[in-house]
Amino acid sequence: MPKTIAEKILSEHSGRDLGPGDIAVVDVDLVMAQDGTGPLAVSQLKKMGFETIASPKKSIFFIDHAAPSPRKELSDSHKIIREFAGSAGAVLSDIGEGVCHQLLVENFVCPGNIVIGADSHTCTSGALGAFATGMGSTDIAVGFALAKTWLMVPQTIKVNFNGKLNKGIFAKDLIIYLIGKITADGASYKALEFTGEVSNNLAMEERFTISNMAVEAGAKTGLFSTDEITRIYLEKQGRIDCFREIYSDAGAKYESEIGINCSEIEPMISLPHTVDNTVSVSKIDKVKVDQVLIGTCTNGRLSDLKVASEVLKGRKVAKGIRLIVVPASKSVYLDAIKEGILEILIESGAAVLNPGCGPCVGVHEGILADGEVCLSTQNRNFKGRMGNPEAFIYLSSPATAAWSAVRGYIADPREVL
Amino acid sequence: MNEVNHKNKIKNEAEANSGNFSSKKSEVLYGRAFKFGDGISTDLIAPGRYFHLRSNLTELAKHLLEDADPEFTKKVKRGDFIVAGKNFGLGSSREHAPAIIKIAGVGAVLAKSFARIFFRNSINVGLPALICDTDKINSCDELEVDLRKGIVSNITQKIELDFNPLPEVMIKILNDGGLVEHIVKNKGFNL
Repeated sequence: MPKTIAEKILSEHSGRDLGPGDIAVVDVDLVMAQDGTGPLAVSQLKKMGFETIASPKKSIFFIDHAAPSPRKELSDSHKIIREFAGSAGAVLSDIGEGVCHQLLVENFVCPGNIVIGADSHTCTSGALGAFATGMGSTDIAVGFALAKTWLMVPQTIKVNFNGKLNKGIFAKDLIIYLIGKITADGASYKALEFTGEVSNNLAMEERFTISNMAVEAGAKTGLFSTDEITRIYLEKQGRIDCFREIYSDAGAKYESEIGINCSEIEPMISLPHTVDNTVSVSKIDKVKVDQVLIGTCTNGRLSDLKVASEVLKGRKVAKGIRLIVVPASKSVYLDAIKEGILEILIESGAAVLNPGCGPCVGVHEGILADGEVCLSTQNRNFKGRMGNPEAFIYLSSPATAAWSAVRGYIADPREVL
Repeated sequence: MNEVNHKNKIKNEAEANSGNFSSKKSEVLYGRAFKFGDGISTDLIAPGRYFHLRSNLTELAKHLLEDADPEFTKKVKRGDFIVAGKNFGLGSSREHAPAIIKIAGVGAVLAKSFARIFFRNSINVGLPALICDTDKINSCDELEVDLRKGIVSNITQKIELDFNPLPEVMIKILNDGGLVEHIVKNKGFNL
């Protein structure tokens, strides 16, 4: 039987020939938790009586959500993680290293892997052709203990991004557009698979942006086939050994196919308070912003900071606007320094934070005041997301965010790019 | 598929069952409905600004759904039901969300549909998450939910609603009292 990528990976990891709807216990290649979900995973492990974990080198704890700790309760949580990782021999990624999803794709995930993480945006790694999905702390605790989990094989929705990308349009605009079209539960329980001439030419970093937001349509994972672009990326990361071809077989059965003509897509915005509340920038009234965030696991990579620097070069952030920039990882941070990107951003008025989740989760480093508006490159704009239910979050690409920081209101980056 | 765990030692089941949010549930639940709309996110259920309380679920539970209904935790009584529209629990993977719903005493969540991770987490912590036509339930309606028969009786409106049966694997996990208990009892997966 011809198989989709999802069916192929799950079959390989269960030793059975699986199709959509089948439930199987599968071996997992990577298991991870972060500082918001890790402490509960540790306490569940202890409750189950496990004193060791099955595969320490493939078990990773990331301290990224509130890093460095802004308050003592979280310092205690970090301590639990550090101590457990130390005693179990698990991999620990501490403050300053960056966001879990970025570090996973840089250093750990290989095509064909099953990756489970106690973070909903674990689907980011799907861009490398891995079946990567988010779960809760207890599922992840079991994953740490046994290097296994149970999964239902999802049906796959094939998304064909066709046509061409116009100037000023980025992966973020494509995925916001798609989510607007299929809504926040349009892919619930299903895998998304991204293909078509535009997808096939997207750089790895842009693919990460798209896979990252698959969960915002309810998807279990967001997959790309591997190709020359994947191979070159892994080679650059010093991990060429783990490259393999993975793709859906000709004749594989999809739940449905969605065709999107990218030539018609304009810079997109998600309006408060849902990601699927979308509109093109050109169609909204003037929205004054108070804070702009460029960063996160969605858009905190080098190409994101670079396009922001191209927009901001020789310009200043508008008076009264706060621009916060958070590189997604240490390596992004260092590259952005070497390429002079951070200097441009700082000169323009940006406050650059250490790699991590930054203000996206509403814990620290840029919590909004009542009634304030933030334009962010993050993946979520739910009420209360950035720490204040009385604030308003809009989502966009880094180019739109950077240009809006200059204008002081949400603005179309095609005016400058 | 009885998966034998690796070198790990399992403590006795009684000790493992002493946790605060994995307990056996009764088969017939009774309470009042608290109605919410579509797309209730985990940010509304367990707000991110209380991130520091995730290690103190009892305290976190005091803020359950407060951005959707500030009076909710004051009004809800043990056994009551959260009744919502579609895609309940979308967003973050925080298991703290269903955990504090359970700690607050809510007997079950009834919704038209659930976000995937929330649904899985609910079963893992032993919180029944039931898919049914919630348009036929109003706020404050008295409900009786028979988990075994798969029936919601709306006593106030004198109607009965079916709810979708859970997948068999989830019934096994829920019947064991949650995933922790399932793993302890079976020394690994037995699905």
